[in-house]
Formats: sequence, structure tokens, C-alpha cells
Amino acid sequence: MSIDLKTIKHISKLARISVDEKRAEKLAGDLNSIFDFIEKLNELKTDNVEPLTSIAETTLKLRSDEVKSKNIREQIIKNSPQDNEDYFVVPKVIE
Amino acid sequence: MSDITKQSLTELVENVKNKKLSSTDVTKAFIDRSEKSEELNAYITNNFTSALDKAKKFDQKPNLDLKLPGIPMAVKDLFCTKNIKTTAGSKILNNFVPTYESTVTENIWNEGAILLGKLNCDEFAMGSSNETSFFGNVQSPIDKNLVPGGSSGGSASAVAGQLTPVTIGTDTGGSIRQPASFTGIVGLKPTYGSCSRYGIVAFASSLDQAGPMAQNVKDCALLHEVISSYDPKDSTSIDFKRNHYSKELTNNIKGKKIGIPKEYRVDGMPKEIEDLWKKGIQYIKDCGAETVDISLPNTSYALPAYYIVAPAEASSNLARYDGVKYGFRAKGKNLIDMYEKTRSEGFGAEVQRRIMIGTYVLSSGYYDAYYLKAQKVRKLIKNDFDEAYKKVDAILTPSTPSSAFKIGEKTNDPVSMYLNDIFTVPVNLAGLPGISIPAGHDSKGYPLGLQIIGKAFDEQNILNIAYAMEEKINFKNKITDWWIK
Repeated sequence: MSIDLKTIKHISKLARISVDEKRAEKLAGDLNSIFDFIEKLNELKTDNVEPLTSIAETTLKLRSDEVKSKNIREQIIKNSPQDNEDYFVVPKVIE
Repeated sequence: MSDITKQSLTELVENVKNKKLSSTDVTKAFIDRSEKSEELNAYITNNFTSALDKAKKFDQKPNLDLKLPGIPMAVKDLFCTKNIKTTAGSKILNNFVPTYESTVTENIWNEGAILLGKLNCDEFAMGSSNETSFFGNVQSPIDKNLVPGGSSGGSASAVAGQLTPVTIGTDTGGSIRQPASFTGIVGLKPTYGSCSRYGIVAFASSLDQAGPMAQNVKDCALLHEVISSYDPKDSTSIDFKRNHYSKELTNNIKGKKIGIPKEYRVDGMPKEIEDLWKKGIQYIKDCGAETVDISLPNTSYALPAYYIVAPAEASSNLARYDGVKYGFRAKGKNLIDMYEKTRSEGFGAEVQRRIMIGTYVLSSGYYDAYYLKAQKVRKLIKNDFDEAYKKVDAILTPSTPSSAFKIGEKTNDPVSMYLNDIFTVPVNLAGLPGISIPAGHDSKGYPLGLQIIGKAFDEQNILNIAYAMEEKINFKNKITDWWIK
């Protein structure tokens, strides 16, 4: 299997990470060597194996639907890189 | 007072309780040594002024019934600490100040401990050498330009270098046990669900666990007793009866059956590691326990499966860093451009690599071939352990396939870096507890560790085995204070 530059560009779009040509080439090389290593899994027949989806063999506990944190807006926006007192602010999205 | 930092946690607690030492004495001593140890680069953020204030306050009205009365402690910078910067070793969180406390650290402060500072780590805990941190390499107290291991590299360096009496790290694929092994200390990765993940910066949620790192097994048991708790704020936290691990600690392991898995004898493993393992088997026998040859046939598939599962979960978890709610933001022409530049400039190379792997394996058309396949392999690995535990009480392996390496030695080859975790990763995939204890030195004088893997929730048993072996091994860490002028 080989991951080409086109695939790298596609994944970087999905991952929302901008990647320039030089970096894309380096990433393609790295990912190819990592996937060569991962391909080892194809040696194993797993058709009849149930996937392990939860490591803890317990069912999720239910809790009552109560509000426990009240009036914490200030705390929530405190770390926002650009705040406007009451909201998160992002670059304009509507023309 | 100069020998305060050489004391174990257990000794310090005893001395504070007997009023031979005050919290201020202890806190001052560790601050003093930490200040002289800047070259190790173990700290990202220090909390020394506030720690000293807290110690003085503690001494005015000491509560000596607590388990960690006035004991100063630095923690890995992956635990959210209220009003104290928490970076996860990343530029993207360089200005992040949590408004809440992680459950694990809350448990520690509730028992009287005092935060000394936040310790360096690989960015988002992704690394095995602490070389991916935005805040630079950490030096090992063992030797100059030697990696302390990772991702809890600052934690390992700080405990081995006596900058903190004990610490906590996190372990997703070996990030507590591998650095513990590299620096000659004890590190425990608890059973998945034993310690709450609430307030820990997430890497791979089905694998991440917090755990103690200490100079000896008894200290490790005591700290584990403090941090392990059921927490409704973490839906994967498990409500089981927890032991008084330090009180119930015993070196009597007579009649225990310890499995020796043949698949851990990997190609190219140095003879020194093989010899160490043989010594370990002898120590087990000297303690009156029995060793049994076992097989964990799917071991060699653990690491490839891990490099699907962990990046896949990481790519989802790290989607939250978008420059909007918290953390670093880059300027962009529009919203999408802002996202893409923020993540490109905010994340380091290894984190980007893993997000890319994770995004790829979860992308349309590849899910069955990679993620589903890896989950099936994970099941096979867990079945291997379940089968083995029908015959044995615990399993003994080396902690790592080599001793510590030099800074820069493996940074250009991601796969060779990943191979460091070959003995620790299966334990995370199966959700089991594992402890690394120092067991000897290689020809260069660098520490080597042995790992004891237990059944789920059987931390007491592996702590006991480690405690009994520790007595026989009688390991002395060679710390020369090379970094102190």
C-alpha cells in the first residue's frame, strides 16, 4: 500500500491541518513506513472475532438529569482566545 | 536538612506525623533542589511561591490524620489544575488556565499534599522520549543527554532526581512504565477504570490511565491508594472495592504462580535484557513463588493494533482544539482557514502525524480495514491474557526492549521509537494493571526494569509481588547529581 501526496492533502483537509508541499512529502514518507508496519495485522484471520468495543465490562450507570453547574458562563469563555464578554467569536462566516 | 529530598514518601509522612519535620521544611527542601535542577527541564510551570505559603498555612494548623500531610508534590502537566496553567506539553494549550481540577489531583490535595509545579511531558502524551514537548527535551538524572523516556519524562526525571518525593503520570501505551524503567524508579499503570480520567487532557480515551511514580513500591502503593477512586464524572470509572494498598502490602508471595510469556523473547533483544529477565525469574523463586511458562500468542500484533486505535481516538479527541473555545489561535482569511492554520501552527510534528493516521483509518472506506480490524485484534490480545490467567496469578516480563537512549537518537524514525513500547502496549489494550520496578543496570550503568502484569483490579497482588522482589533485588539508583553546579 502506498499513501500518495493526493491522499495526504485529502486527509489534511479532513483533519483541518494545513500542510505545505514539503511537509506533505515528509508526512507521506512517515505514514507509509507506519502503515507498512500496521499491515502486519493482515496476517491474522479475524472473520469470526467479535470486536472489543469496551474494555470495562460494565454497563453505563444512569444518573438523574439535573443541572449541577449553574452560572458558569464566565468560566467557560474565560480561556477563549478572542472573547466578546458573552460569546465565542470567530471570523465572519456570512457574507 | 540537606538529606530531606533523599527520603522516601513513607519516611517523609512519618517524620511530619512525628513532628520531626514540618511541611515548610520539606517543601523548602524540594523547592531548593528543584531550583538547582533547571538543567533537567523537568518543570513546565513552577508553583513554588504558592506551595511555600500553603506549607506555612499547613504548619499553623496541621492535620496529621491525612495520608499526605503537607507533602509537596509536582504532577505531570496533563492534569488540569484549577487556576494553574495546564499545557499538555503543547503550544496549542500554552495559555490554558483550567477553571476546574482533575479528580485525581483533587484526591491528592484532599489528603494534604501541596502542588509544587507542573512537569514536562511529550506533547499530548504522544512520545516515548519526552522529545515532542513544545517546552523542550527533558534530561535524565541518570546521564547527560540521555532521554528520561516518555511520555511522563518530566515526572520520571523529577522523581529519580529527587525534585519531588513522588508524582503522578499517565499511561496510554507505556508512558508511566517505560520512563520509570529508564530512570530506575517504580511506576504503576492501574486497571482501566481504577483512576478517574476527569480533568486529564485526553489522548486515547479507551487506553488512558493515571498512575503513581515513586522511588519504591511502598510509596507507590500509598499514592495509588490516594488517587484510585470511583468518580461519577468519568463514565468509564468503575465502582469496585478498593484496597488500602499500602497497609495491605506484604512481601509474602509464597505459592503464587507467575507466568513467563515466551512471545516477549523478541528478535534483537539485547542479551542484557534477557539476563535481567532470567534474574527476575530467580528472584521470584527465591521469594517462594513459582514460575510457569505461558504463551500469549498474539503479542506481536499488539503494537500495530495500538497504532490504529490510539491515533484514531486521538484524532477525535484533539478535534476540540480549533482556536475558538480555548488555547492558541492563528489568524486566518476565514473560519476554515483559521482552523487549519491554528492546528498546523499549534500542534507539533508527532501530534500532527498521529492525527493524520487517525483521520485516515477512520475515513470513509477504510474503517473496516483498520479500526474494526484493530478492535478484533484487541479482543484476541485480551483473550490471550484471560486464557493465561486461568493458570497464573501474574505475569513477569522486561519493561522495555532496551535501556534509555540518547537524545536525538530515534527522532527521525517513528517506527523505531514506537518499538520502545512493545512490552507495555498489550497491557493497555487489555485494560490490565502493570508495574515496572528497577531490577538492574546495563553495561553503561543505565537502569533496567522488570514489569509485573496483573489481572484486572488485582493491583494489590502485583504490588505485593513487586514489594517482595524489590527486597531481593536491592536496587540502588546511580544518581550523580551531574546537573547540579
